[in-house]
Amino acid sequence: MIKVDQTLDCKGLSCPMPIVRTKKAIDQLEAGQVIEVQATDKGSLADIQGWARNTGHQYLGTTTEGDVLKHYLRKSDPNEVKEETKYPHVIQNEELAQRLTDKENIVVLDVREPAEYAFKRIPGAVSIPLGELEGRLQEIDKNKEVFVVCRTGSRSDMASQLLAENGFENVKNVLPGMSEWNGPEEEGGK
Amino acid sequence: MIKPMTAKEAASRVLDGELFILDVRNESDYKDWKIEGKGIQSINRPYFDLIDGVEDVLELLPKGKEVLVACAKEGSSQMVAEMLDEAGVEDVYYLEGGMKSWSEYLNPVKVGDLKDGGSIYQFNRIGKGCLSYLVESGGEAAIIDSARMTDAYVDFAKENNLTIKHLIDTHLHADHISGGRKLAEAANGTYWLPEKDAGEVTFEYEKLEDGKEIVVGSTKIAIQPLYSPGHTIGSTSLIVDDQYLLSGDILFVDSIGRPDLAGKAEDWVGDLRNTLYNKYSELSKDLIVLPAHFGKISEIDEKGIVQAKLGVLFEQNEGLKIESEETFRKAVTENLPPQPNAYQEIRQTNMGQINPNEDEQREMEIGPNRCAITE
Repeated sequence: MIKVDQTLDCKGLSCPMPIVRTKKAIDQLEAGQVIEVQATDKGSLADIQGWARNTGHQYLGTTTEGDVLKHYLRKSDPNEVKEETKYPHVIQNEELAQRLTDKENIVVLDVREPAEYAFKRIPGAVSIPLGELEGRLQEIDKNKEVFVVCRTGSRSDMASQLLAENGFENVKNVLPGMSEWNGPEEEGGK
Repeated sequence: MIKPMTAKEAASRVLDGELFILDVRNESDYKDWKIEGKGIQSINRPYFDLIDGVEDVLELLPKGKEVLVACAKEGSSQMVAEMLDEAGVEDVYYLEGGMKSWSEYLNPVKVGDLKDGGSIYQFNRIGKGCLSYLVESGGEAAIIDSARMTDAYVDFAKENNLTIKHLIDTHLHADHISGGRKLAEAANGTYWLPEKDAGEVTFEYEKLEDGKEIVVGSTKIAIQPLYSPGHTIGSTSLIVDDQYLLSGDILFVDSIGRPDLAGKAEDWVGDLRNTLYNKYSELSKDLIVLPAHFGKISEIDEKGIVQAKLGVLFEQNEGLKIESEETFRKAVTENLPPQPNAYQEIRQTNMGQINPNEDEQREMEIGPNRCAITE
């Protein structure tokens, strides 16, 4: 199960209704929240991808269950991409990719939403969404080097600061993040 | 008030008229396949970019002219058409049934008379570039390379008091689902298919063979099959009434067939060359070539027919003027356009191996035919 903030039933509706309803629903969401859109219209797949691309909302992926397509979208925060990173210790995607084999001494912490994590992630990455991080700090080993990753480096920046404030001494923010990740990856559809 | 426009009306504009089209499908679908024609002007703005308002497209629309809004099925074009109407645009139409109907519309045109009183018709599936034929004589009909939408032929036969006797496919199609078998079952007619293309079929058929004659009507109108491999190994051309060469997907007006749709480009390129440069070159130059496809609207002549004399094609069709075998091999195996949508599933359906429902069949056929080496 992919964790979502809202589920929208567009089963049986044909074009343009799935997109029209998705738009209305996403307007009501907070930035960063994830919506699952259930549709039976096959054309909704290409259209929802196109709509997300043109509006800037983040298309996460689609799963299929029988005749039902489940599209996952994350509402973008208009400031998210532009926000300046403040946490000083950063590492580039490529450098992290080279360090992945050193499993004994590192932790890759993925602070995106579970739905984002579900479709594409760095092998072995631990999933703790930014919103839950403060309450789950004990799950992360303080003795290891922690690499924090999100989509564009902005949520991971906030997460890195949070970790630093809580006594984590060896934390790196990974830039630019999963949006341009070319290293090894794994995915889980469901 | 917005008004519907039928695919038939749109077809008449494509053939001889003008129309401005606002296509509201997504960009990749538009890029892949759209309504085109000499008098057709079109722009693409996906409907999902217009949900908040159509202001941005208003200035792109021609003033005082009809505007047709087109989408995949109909719903989105109605929505956008209504928005345009509310914004004050006059003469706004939506495409009834969407591109689905456009892909399925068949336009019958009489090609000419046969010597013994019969005649031959070309059924042009304009939206997809597929051509099929109906030969009638003495109250009987033979249909060649029929489309999936069999009603058009059944209705035509009824109106003209014809009994459908023979259903012939010149080859195993990879770009569209053949209506031949369905028509044969409904009319208790005979379904003909080249044996070499029918190796894996799951149904009964009559072998379309070199030397066999198919007689239509009481008067003798012979369809003489001519084995002409190249596009598929079994491809067979038909000579009707010593006047018409039904060339299937071997030779088109502006191009020649591609040999790669069964994954056998290298094997079949030699056959294709032999058919075109040796077999076809020995036929009468006065034969009128009637192909199973066209690639560009400009291949349709002023009478609305896709046709050309064989002699003219040997002078003008670039695919028939390649002297070196090596150059020919390169031309037909390299730089091929993308393969037709779902071509493997379509072949399996035509062999009776899978039985998709109507919606699935429709989905499989979406897009252009892409049976020629260049378009």
